[in-house]
Amino acid sequence: MAIAMPVGIAAIPIGAIFGALAVQKGLSPLEATLMSLLVFAGASQFVAIDIWQQPVPWLLLGVTALTVNLRHVMMSASIGRHFQHFGPVERWIYLFFLTDEVWAFCEKRAMRAPLYPAYFAGIAFVLVVSWSGWTAAGALLGAAMGSAERYGLDFVFTALFVGLLVGFWKGPRTGIVMGTSGVAAAIAHEAIAGPWYILIGGLAGTAAGALMLAPTRQQEQPS
Amino acid sequence: MSVDPQALLAILAMAVATYLTRIAGLVVLRYVSLTPRVRAALDALPVAVLTAVVTPALFLTGPAETAAGLITIAAAFRLPLLATIVVGAVSIIAMRWLLG
Repeated sequence: MAIAMPVGIAAIPIGAIFGALAVQKGLSPLEATLMSLLVFAGASQFVAIDIWQQPVPWLLLGVTALTVNLRHVMMSASIGRHFQHFGPVERWIYLFFLTDEVWAFCEKRAMRAPLYPAYFAGIAFVLVVSWSGWTAAGALLGAAMGSAERYGLDFVFTALFVGLLVGFWKGPRTGIVMGTSGVAAAIAHEAIAGPWYILIGGLAGTAAGALMLAPTRQQEQPS
Repeated sequence: MSVDPQALLAILAMAVATYLTRIAGLVVLRYVSLTPRVRAALDALPVAVLTAVVTPALFLTGPAETAAGLITIAAAFRLPLLATIVVGAVSIIAMRWLLG
């Protein structure tokens, strides 16, 4: 559990900011906390409150969460290779807690030692408690805080995504994926109401990534 | 303290959708052998989705957002995630005061 502390501490400001932003978009503190507990995926939660309105577009929110969290498919396929010590039912329960952070820690662990459920559980427990606890705290404080724009908090999730994106940088190919996705998203954003630009930009960038398949990569990973 | 039924429905829809993405890889791993092209697509997907999320917020919202966005991008190359977020928040306040 001590290994997981940085994850728990890192979740404090983001969790609190999420809670504060959520109440300013009209969610109750309980609704915000429930979302952190049940969805437990920061990026999609920030996108959801960005497009949150009355009446609540639940289907659109579900589809958007699916789109934003499609990266989990890759993470799940990747971490699934290290599940030898997980029971047949246990693995489906643990996967509920597969966030970017839990995944990154477990992948790192699996590089030098077998991955045991206790390790996964320790990281996941610290993160889920910190994330939903600080969502609740932020939601309760945020209600008394006034406008989010006054504190620059409305821009925080954009900054968070920018920071994450830079971490994904692997060279010019990444730039081509970003360029394709960005242009497609911008056009879609101007042309279509609602957050469909995320799906359209995401698919365009993913297609660009698939089309740029390098010959060297094919030699490295024959299928 | 209340939970609106529509809000709860939205949260449950998000939770189910997110859980499906979290188990899909394990299911896919059992039945599909990933070709190099599919791997390349999956490699590009997180970047593509995140870029699509931020592009309108950075470049289609207003001059203050674009200026603060460029500062944030520069900060992201040098600073850890939390510091980048702080730079983003401070720069949007400053740019809205200067340009807004």
